[in-house]
Amino acid sequence: MTAGTEAPAIGLTHRASEDTGHGHRGPESKSIVVPYGFWLFVLSDMVLFSALFASYATLVGATDGGPTTSQLFDRNLVAIETIALLVSSFVCGLALITAKRANMAWTQFWLLLTGLLGLVFLSIEIYEFGTMIAEGAGPQRSAFLSAFFTLVGCHGLHVTAGLLWLGTMMAQILAKGFRQHIIRRLLCFSIFWHALDIIWVAIFTIVYLIGTLP
Amino acid sequence: MFGKLTWDAIPFNQPIPLITSLVILAAILGIALWVWRKGWWPYLWNEYITSTDHKRIGVMYIVLALLMLVRGFADAIMMRAQQSLAIGASQGFLPPEHYNQIFSAHGTIMIFFVAMPFVIGFMNFVVPLQLGVRDVAFPTMNNVSFWLSASGALLINLSLFIGEFARTGWLGFPPLSEKAFSPGVGVDYYLVALQVSGVGTVLTAVNFVTTILKTRAPGMSYMRMPIFCWTALASNLIMLAAFPVLTVVLAQLMLDRFLGFHFFTNDGGGNSMLYMNLIWVWGHPEVYILVLPAFGIYSEVAATFSGKPLFGYRSMVFATMAICIISYCVWLHHFFTMGAGANLNAVFGIASMIIGIPTGVKIYNWLFTLYGGRVRFTVPVYYLIGFMLTFVVGGLTGVLLAIPPIDFVVHNSLFLVAHFHHVIIGGVVFALMAGYTYWFPKAFGFTLHEGLGKAVFWCWFIGFHLAFMPLYVLGFWGATRRMQHISDPTWAPWLNIAFVGAVIIGLGIVLTVVQLLYSIKTRDQRRDVTGDPWDGRTLEWLTLSPPPHYNFAVLPDVHGEEAYWLRKQTAIKQDQLIEEPDYQPIEMPVNTPTGVIVAFFASLCGFAIIWYIWWLAILGLIGAFAAFVWYAWRDEHEHIIPVEEVRANARERRRVRMEHLHSLSQST
Repeated sequence: MTAGTEAPAIGLTHRASEDTGHGHRGPESKSIVVPYGFWLFVLSDMVLFSALFASYATLVGATDGGPTTSQLFDRNLVAIETIALLVSSFVCGLALITAKRANMAWTQFWLLLTGLLGLVFLSIEIYEFGTMIAEGAGPQRSAFLSAFFTLVGCHGLHVTAGLLWLGTMMAQILAKGFRQHIIRRLLCFSIFWHALDIIWVAIFTIVYLIGTLP
Repeated sequence: MFGKLTWDAIPFNQPIPLITSLVILAAILGIALWVWRKGWWPYLWNEYITSTDHKRIGVMYIVLALLMLVRGFADAIMMRAQQSLAIGASQGFLPPEHYNQIFSAHGTIMIFFVAMPFVIGFMNFVVPLQLGVRDVAFPTMNNVSFWLSASGALLINLSLFIGEFARTGWLGFPPLSEKAFSPGVGVDYYLVALQVSGVGTVLTAVNFVTTILKTRAPGMSYMRMPIFCWTALASNLIMLAAFPVLTVVLAQLMLDRFLGFHFFTNDGGGNSMLYMNLIWVWGHPEVYILVLPAFGIYSEVAATFSGKPLFGYRSMVFATMAICIISYCVWLHHFFTMGAGANLNAVFGIASMIIGIPTGVKIYNWLFTLYGGRVRFTVPVYYLIGFMLTFVVGGLTGVLLAIPPIDFVVHNSLFLVAHFHHVIIGGVVFALMAGYTYWFPKAFGFTLHEGLGKAVFWCWFIGFHLAFMPLYVLGFWGATRRMQHISDPTWAPWLNIAFVGAVIIGLGIVLTVVQLLYSIKTRDQRRDVTGDPWDGRTLEWLTLSPPPHYNFAVLPDVHGEEAYWLRKQTAIKQDQLIEEPDYQPIEMPVNTPTGVIVAFFASLCGFAIIWYIWWLAILGLIGAFAAFVWYAWRDEHEHIIPVEEVRANARERRRVRMEHLHSLSQST
């Protein structure tokens, strides 16, 4: 397949097969199938987080005489974290727009900024975890803290994986240019990155906001 | 350097696992050597191991399932033998710590590495063919899914030789499965193997939901899809929503065990009921992941061999999707006795009974499909009828168990063991054997020997009833499950009958192997040259047996339910095939070793985690990531099959079909 062209209308796809969605005209093209599959993966990831949220909700009171939510969480720090992540998502959207226009310099710039903001988020999270563990409020302290570290840490792991993916994508775009399948991958990355925002908003609300209510 | 791994991990002082593993090692080496001497490695590598062809991957899944069936059955017959022998003064031949590993391994292997790959294997092989397309939505990911399942199976079996397996039952309930009470590597083998294969299962679910919803032949609207595709859709939707929960709950137990977290521990505020809820939120839908595609197989078999359309197609679709949803509303019936309270128990008891309604609809649909049809009593029909007789009774004992007060009496007893074997063997295994017979000619171009197939059926049917009906009796008498020693000698006759039943099932498994070997040897007598050996109704019978890599020279145009039947009848009536289409070159995905490489590193990483060899675990992760990046960097995605080749094959196919058509119209 040469750069910049969609897959020929044969093979897994079918002639005149664009966008019906009801199967009347044959298999969808890859530009529909790939993001659709990725959305399904994101859905399953949401289910994964919902199980972690359920565990957190069950165990939030099980502090075993240790520190409780309001003693541990710092709203200001989390606010900075949240802003960094949300802006990162916006910037990722800008990267997608410039990528569709095949503008290499700006795409790389916006992607870099996306990654740096993600890194800011991650650093604050690591700092927060480090301080808590140093204060003796590590995940081994109580069931509540186990659930907290697992839920927030799982989101952090997703961000880390996202950064790894992002770095690989930047290298790939640089090496191969804006080919159709690479643009599709970038689209999937941005779906992933936005989905992490949605989960973070839930974490921010359920863990930090409710946790620091007076 | 090697974490907890020392020479003590090899069971030198336990003859049973030691000799078994040596025999298995010798067998694997022998087969590898034999394949090498025959010069078949390149063929295996190109056509199977690295293949992205959904049909080849389906066959690999089913081979994996059959191998693991032998392993799981070996565990089963040892348990039955132990319970027959260890009565009164005798202690039998299995010490408790070994017996506990065996029942844990039996359940884990039968569900995760027999039933799951068998079902997924059929979905792989059949769904794209029935949808009239050339492959699944993500062919490479499909290969990766398979190899991750296989590496899970590898890790489970490695526990036989290096270390030990869990002694905690097939779901590893805490606090018993916590570090404090199970300090060995057994539970870690269980956890890691299921995590690795679970990733593969989620990827499979993504793949098949996308395939069914987004890639179908032109004209194949939802209400024209074969029932097997509907049941596959329902099953994969459940997988997509249930398996992440299993991943979470197993990860939490791993965190407890490896890093001292307190999710399910007795101290630190841990809550083991959380584990019960989460594991069964996955565990009950899992039952329907297995049984829905089984219902799909029965539906195909009933329609084909009755020579008439499935009765109540639409009600079948709605029943399937209703089960898909209700399957999420019943999980608590697995622990009625654990103190949820009467009202909650009542809600879940009623929900559990409601699920019997759509299932009942299905039974009547199959009966009415057979009724008035010209039923051909082939092997798959034997399984269909055997299933209906067996499954209805198994379902009824399930309704009994769904009544909380009765559950309080018989929970955790052999009654329960009898019930779930009743529905899983009677429902799932019979379907898998029916599907194996039904689709075998499509995969390999010749049918299986009919007489031996019927012998296998009778072994399963009689063996099952002898093996499990006595357990209902014993359950009523208060026999709990998982007992290594029986103190009441009056139970002996029933346990001995159960043992005989297990032996007969074992004979059935041996006969399956005999049937396969004999059928291969005499394959020229039963060649399927027409591609349609059973006078089928769905699109997989339109193409050759075995189908070309690309399945269809042009994607079939679908004009109604039972796409192929309609086309066949029109052709017979008009005494000609549809006009020869304009053939195009076909683009197919290239082979890739990504799956097997990633699975290699996943196995390495999993093994390292089990034994606390952290440098190796990190190396495994880096290796898997590197393999992905290497794959993502490829430039060649597809290869083109030239139009001349497609046209030549298709013309030959048309000639054969024309001859077949004439023979059909002469016979009617």
